[in-house]
Amino acid sequence: MQWLWDNRDLVLGLTLEHVRLSILPIIVGFIVCIPLGWVATRNRVARSVLLSLGGILFTIPSLALFVALPVILGTKILSDINVIVTLTIYAIAMMIRGAADAFASVSTSVLQSATAVGYSAFSRFWSVELPLAGPVLLANLRVVSVSTVSLLSVAALIGKGGLGYLFLNGYQRDFPTEVAIGIVFILLIALAFDLVLVALGRILLPWAHTVFPRLRARPVADAVAAS
Amino acid sequence: MIEFQSVSKRFPDGTQAVDDFDLVIPSRKTTVLVGSSGCGKTTLLRMINRMVDPTGGSIRIDGDDIAGLEPVALRRRIGYVMQNSGLLPHRRVIDNVATVPMLEGVPRRVAHARALELLDTVGLDRSLAERYPNQLSGGQQQRVGVARGLAMDPNILLMDEPFGAVDPIVRADLQQELLRLQRELGKTVVFVTHDIDEAFLLGDQVVILQVGAHIAQQGHPKQILANPANDFVADFIGAGRGKRRLSVDSSVPSAGDDYLLVDGSGYAAGVVEAPGGVLVGAGSGPKSRSVSNKTDQAGDA
Repeated sequence: MQWLWDNRDLVLGLTLEHVRLSILPIIVGFIVCIPLGWVATRNRVARSVLLSLGGILFTIPSLALFVALPVILGTKILSDINVIVTLTIYAIAMMIRGAADAFASVSTSVLQSATAVGYSAFSRFWSVELPLAGPVLLANLRVVSVSTVSLLSVAALIGKGGLGYLFLNGYQRDFPTEVAIGIVFILLIALAFDLVLVALGRILLPWAHTVFPRLRARPVADAVAAS
Repeated sequence: MIEFQSVSKRFPDGTQAVDDFDLVIPSRKTTVLVGSSGCGKTTLLRMINRMVDPTGGSIRIDGDDIAGLEPVALRRRIGYVMQNSGLLPHRRVIDNVATVPMLEGVPRRVAHARALELLDTVGLDRSLAERYPNQLSGGQQQRVGVARGLAMDPNILLMDEPFGAVDPIVRADLQQELLRLQRELGKTVVFVTHDIDEAFLLGDQVVILQVGAHIAQQGHPKQILANPANDFVADFIGAGRGKRRLSVDSSVPSAGDDYLLVDGSGYAAGVVEAPGGVLVGAGSGPKSRSVSNKTDQAGDA
């Protein structure tokens, strides 16, 4: 605790860096996977290609990617972009199968009915398919969020790993407290991100929380009957 | 009026779902397409709002060939009700009913006010408006489905086995409700079912279909029952030997002026009035007459 207090500026700075570097890959990975997942459910060839690609991307060692990207992208070795691009690639690799599953989980009879009453393809996607894929997308996004926050610490080896620095530094100095504090703060960030995602789900997908209709419907029905 | 002119549909997998089909569906009447699974009846229905496009022939609505109409606009002016209601599970009841008007740009408040009226029309309590579809019973969901189908006040209402997934008591209820609505609203209803009793109850015109959407017989239920065109029809409607072939059973003495009727399998099906021991409208003795019973709904459950 004393160490934490003495180094509060360092830990706070690293925490903010950690949040900054991990938030963008999560968002970009999510957005990129929506059209990819949609295409994967429309077309069987696209599905197998995309899912294989996701698998292959995921097998690339993260450290190799961190080191290789500056060469490929022509960015500076200490640029944020290297880390963000790497983590985005992993986010996509992790998310793509879940995104495909999410769109496949939407009932075809609901989609047909939406078309039958006169949704255009465009409005059907935004008003029907995307919201109904929401719960499965969210479940996958939560996994991606947690693992991105954790994966970022590897980038400490190239000097851009947020709280991962505490692991490296604590190990080199044989000082377990520093490592433990790194773990705790990474867990706190992951937890905070998860809470935000769950809250967004509650707000954006209110209907998904009515899975026990009888439990909720009864008091209303009783109240109506009593009045 | 909806006219099918030598309409064919061959699916990409080679299935000939519809083969040279001709039919005139009169306005403001209920036409029921009835047949076994796979006879092409749903395909015919979906051709009317261009969910399926024919590979041959043409379909006209009030004289306009629908092949030249924009599908989305066409669908918005045709009501559509399907099995399991097809409601959007993420929208409240009121939003489901107001779906099409809001797609058409009707302001939310106006669309919602109209949706509440439609709930009245289909016999649903307005207190259900704020619920999600999965918080309603199957019968209530179907009523919401019908309300949604009526939201744009369409001339044509397409119904694809709408009451297929509810229990028999609720189904009987919904059928009566549809008859009442139809008396009040007078829509051009095209109704698909595999249940011949439902077809005879609801249809002003019943079209019995065989595989490939070949018409086995079409006409008013009374015409079909009185004169089945062929063995297929007789068999399908059960007139040959099933529960519609009723005969008087004189082995059981009757206390009053009624005769006991038994169906083709010998099960008691009901009684027929015979004041003074004579069947009304029957020329000869009761033992030689058979009476077809078309409205015996109680026996169907």
